[in-house]
Amino acid sequence: MTDQAIPGRRRAATRRAALVSRFLSHRGAVAGLMVLTAIVLLVLLGPLVHTVDPQYLDYLDKNHGASWKHPLGTDNLGRDLLAQVLRGGRVSLAVGVTAMLLSIALGTIVGVLAGFFRWLDGPLMRLVDLFLALPLLPLLLVVILLFRDTLRAAFGPEIGIFILIVAVIGITSWMQTARIVRGEVLALREQEYVLAARSIGTRPRRIITRHILPNVLSPIMVSAALGVANAILLESALSFLGLGFPSDFPTWGRLLFDGVNFMTLTPGRVIWPGLAISLTVLSVNYIGDGLRDAMDPRAGGR
Amino acid sequence: MGLKIFLGSAAALSMAATGALAERGSDGQLNLLYWQAASILNPYLSGGTKDLEASSMILDPLANYDEAGNMVPVLVTEIPTVENGGVSEDLRTITWKLRNDIVWSDGTPLTAADVKFSAEYCMHPEGGCNSAAKFTDVESVEALDDQTVKITFSVAKPFPYGPLVGAMSPVIQMAQFKDCMGAKAPECTEANFNPIGTGPFKVTEFKPNDVVVLEANENYRDPDKPAFATAVFKGGGDAASAARAVLETGEFDYAWNLQVEPEILAGMEAAGKGVVVSSFGPAVERLVMNLSNPDPALGDERSTVAHPHPFLTDQAVSRALSLAIDRQILVDAGYGSAGKVTCNVLPAPDMMVSTANDWCQTADVDEANRLLDEAGWVRGADGVREKDGVRLSILFQTSVNSVRQGTQALIKQMWQSIGVETELRSVDASVFFGSDPASPDTIQKFYADVEMYTNTFDGTDPEKYMANWQCDEVPSPANQWVGSNNPRFCNDEYDALVAEMGKTASLEKRAELAKRMNDVLVSEGAFIPLVHRGDVSAHAASIEGVRMNSWDSELWNIEDWTRVK
Amino acid sequence: MLNYALRRLLFAVPTLLAISFIIFAILDLAPNDPTGSLPITIPADVRANIRHQLGLDQPMPVRYMKWCLQFFWHEPLALIEQWTGLSIGDSETRLRVTSWSTRSPVVDLIVERFPQTLWVIGMAYVIGVLIALPIGVISAYRQYSWFDQLGTFVSMVGFSVPTFFTGLLLIVIFSVQLQWLPSVYDTNHKVTDWASFWVQVRQMLMPVAVLALYNAAQISRYLRASMLDNLDQDYVRTARAKGLRERSVVAIHVLRNSLIPVVTVIALGFPQALGGAVITEQIFRINGIGQLLIQGIHSADIPLVQTITFLFAIMIVLFNLIADLLYGVLDPRVRYD
Repeated sequence: MTDQAIPGRRRAATRRAALVSRFLSHRGAVAGLMVLTAIVLLVLLGPLVHTVDPQYLDYLDKNHGASWKHPLGTDNLGRDLLAQVLRGGRVSLAVGVTAMLLSIALGTIVGVLAGFFRWLDGPLMRLVDLFLALPLLPLLLVVILLFRDTLRAAFGPEIGIFILIVAVIGITSWMQTARIVRGEVLALREQEYVLAARSIGTRPRRIITRHILPNVLSPIMVSAALGVANAILLESALSFLGLGFPSDFPTWGRLLFDGVNFMTLTPGRVIWPGLAISLTVLSVNYIGDGLRDAMDPRAGGR
Repeated sequence: MGLKIFLGSAAALSMAATGALAERGSDGQLNLLYWQAASILNPYLSGGTKDLEASSMILDPLANYDEAGNMVPVLVTEIPTVENGGVSEDLRTITWKLRNDIVWSDGTPLTAADVKFSAEYCMHPEGGCNSAAKFTDVESVEALDDQTVKITFSVAKPFPYGPLVGAMSPVIQMAQFKDCMGAKAPECTEANFNPIGTGPFKVTEFKPNDVVVLEANENYRDPDKPAFATAVFKGGGDAASAARAVLETGEFDYAWNLQVEPEILAGMEAAGKGVVVSSFGPAVERLVMNLSNPDPALGDERSTVAHPHPFLTDQAVSRALSLAIDRQILVDAGYGSAGKVTCNVLPAPDMMVSTANDWCQTADVDEANRLLDEAGWVRGADGVREKDGVRLSILFQTSVNSVRQGTQALIKQMWQSIGVETELRSVDASVFFGSDPASPDTIQKFYADVEMYTNTFDGTDPEKYMANWQCDEVPSPANQWVGSNNPRFCNDEYDALVAEMGKTASLEKRAELAKRMNDVLVSEGAFIPLVHRGDVSAHAASIEGVRMNSWDSELWNIEDWTRVK
Repeated sequence: MLNYALRRLLFAVPTLLAISFIIFAILDLAPNDPTGSLPITIPADVRANIRHQLGLDQPMPVRYMKWCLQFFWHEPLALIEQWTGLSIGDSETRLRVTSWSTRSPVVDLIVERFPQTLWVIGMAYVIGVLIALPIGVISAYRQYSWFDQLGTFVSMVGFSVPTFFTGLLLIVIFSVQLQWLPSVYDTNHKVTDWASFWVQVRQMLMPVAVLALYNAAQISRYLRASMLDNLDQDYVRTARAKGLRERSVVAIHVLRNSLIPVVTVIALGFPQALGGAVITEQIFRINGIGQLLIQGIHSADIPLVQTITFLFAIMIVLFNLIADLLYGVLDPRVRYD
């Protein structure tokens, strides 16, 4: 057992190195990674440099454009926009990425299982139908009713709400990924190499991880990039139902929504949060592109 | 001109005010934009103010309120009073005399039987009529002859003008609604969508929750009115974009209820296409203080009078909380011309306004801090005051609304300066103002320390409004949380004042009582009044005759509106 | 294939019944309330009476069975009566599914809303798909060309900037500043001649643009990804080696095989677009099905929300079935048996 494992591990290591080098040769992916890292560093370290409290209302300085005191200006209550964008980014990035991962994971698992095992296809796809049909808003109101106070008591107001939001977004947005992945798997299942693997008695788990998953990576990567945008915006919609963070807690989606009516008065209020969301989504998209190219078994041919 | 002289004095007066003498239908189409669309045109079954406003173009009450809060005869010759014999000496009956020239839009004459029917329609116990409270204590409604209606109350009514006055309870046609009584009321879709009325307009097409198309009623009592041949009552969208459609793009002539941040409205008004108008009724945006303990650990006894609040019952705390709030900032940030600083729960009519609480008009943080120091609330390590292990930490809830969230944030910071910690919560409006007994987030359940909303009353008489805060109105599990006394305020002296007002007819004495009740509520810390809230709407610069009204429908005088050419 | 379709349709019935019950249970649990938007001056006991009048104090299973009876039995009968002009049984006293806020049959409301929803939202969707297909194909075929980079940029920004922002931006530019286009959609407008057709086009322009951008962004990304996968496949090399023209290699072989995930996205997106374009409908006041649904939710109009949501559930099940059948057409290797 052990003497077989060592060459296996070595092979895995060389494969990983090849993967990394392929990823790093992808210009878009490297750029995306750098931008995303920069955004993460900014929202983590930025508040240490720009020490203004994002919730402090500098009422006399309201609706201001950019100035030394407020580099991106202020909102209609005098809150510093830069501090809000920086602080809001922590939550938005955390919610966006975790909720996206949750929804991708759920979608991929359901999709692969439904596509690969025929007997699971019917029940799982009917489950997808059900989730797609649920009315989102009333569902969210029910979730607040049932879980807000329990989670708040168990984890405290902020962590409790974070868990709730991530779970809600993840659970209500995995269906599209599941349908797409299943569609691809249905086609892959009949491909010669999968049939061959199956005929020599390869276990389903190995077929899935070695042959199926790498080939459904592209739609999953697209779903991931779209999922981040979706999650960041959905989070702000939630706070409007009283489900999200308290109203004075800035997040990118919320800043954008609050700022929309002030578009002509203080354009910064929509430009900066909008830019932050778009940049994040773009960089996730390019990273996804790079990952897909790097992991594509047929890559390098073109 | 002979017919003109025949008309009621009120109509003549309002014409003199607008000056323009247009012909009926000469001004083309009037475009109204309500960001909440009308769902039904029968006000007795409506789901909100928007429906009442739409139906006020079609249906008339016996009398309505003008912009100063005075009653104006509409379908009657005069307002009955004790002096003119219309109200009996014992205050138990009121007799209305109908005008004899009123015709329904289908050409048939209005009679006392229609008036009697309208009252019975709403008083039917299975009808689910939402104006039922207007008919409280009504014993009988009789048609003495074709033009005379007598309403008898079971108790003496110092203010007998509840039934059939104002946009909430207009007169509907008996011939049309006679098969729609009680449980059948909701089934009469045709009648509910196209009520025959005596008002200036009648419906030509109604798309529920979308748009009402109306045309001038050719049988309207004034042959020269309305000036507009047709009207469109479009719904949907949000307040800011409604304002934009009148003030910036000029696509619409009137937009209703524009509660958006004042700088946005000001920016739009600068385009010069329209005018923002506001008016004040008795509406007050206030903080309701929970005098019972909302601690979740209490389980079923949470927010019931059995457990007094740990610190809001301390009058030093509630006074300090009130003193720390700079109300002028709240007005400037959220209300602009549609708000005034107030320290009273009852801010209008003028004769009923107390001056005893004016200390709150200017914020005094030092005094607030001193009060708290004196009462033994000392700042802990994190800057939050505490006493005997009780921290001044407040859960502050309100409905989802950008102005309210702004106000919340401002108050949080103002309270921070006196060592009070605040957690903000916003609840979807349909949940917050709903009365689902299963929901934890309603204003009645009040599972928070402080909540903020606007309360007001219909018409000019505050008796019912002030009666909201008697002991037996406290919501509790025993009465399925049905009750209007949300602060859970209970004071024998106050209940005695309410009872006395029910027996007092003299207007001066009633005003005196109302002021005393207001002062008790404020000084005992049941409420922290914040802003006397006006209604704000906008009309195109070319529209004349708009008289903004907070006591009745904003469209109460739409027959007098004209377009300047 | 036919066999499979029939079996799926048969299965759809219990599925939909289960879905309808779960939706009803959620709506019933939701804490919003039909008396929530009444003027605050209406006292609590009157509100309690209104709730009683609406039947809200009856047990949930009873109300669900009532809805089922009304929806599955009374509504079809009413429909037949309307078509044939006959009256079946005691049609006078038969209760149809009735909205709480308008007190009128829900189905009539939906029928009234359908034209503008289909016109604007449906049109936007079709345009979105038509834009997305060429963008996806060219982006993949010329991967990392300037066209691809631009397409990526526009579609990712298009997807990550919400419609409440793009809609308002368009209004500020084209309605307020330039005064070219109306900001409020007139649902009463009837197209009778060229002039009125032009008015209709103008009022549809902005909402259609906003929605088409959003939908095209999503679809083109999936198509591009799928195309990229297929362009490397052996059969493409084989086809090229056989001397087929490049255009037919791409159009026939690659595109056809790449459409599987895209078909899913398109099929799933359609019912969602019809009901989910609420924000766009609100911004431009199109007052279609989505706006009806959201107003119903805000006023806790359970019969209305239940009926609309259920009709969407039917559409979702149907469109998913169509997508599955299309898989088989696009790729004969996909078999259902």
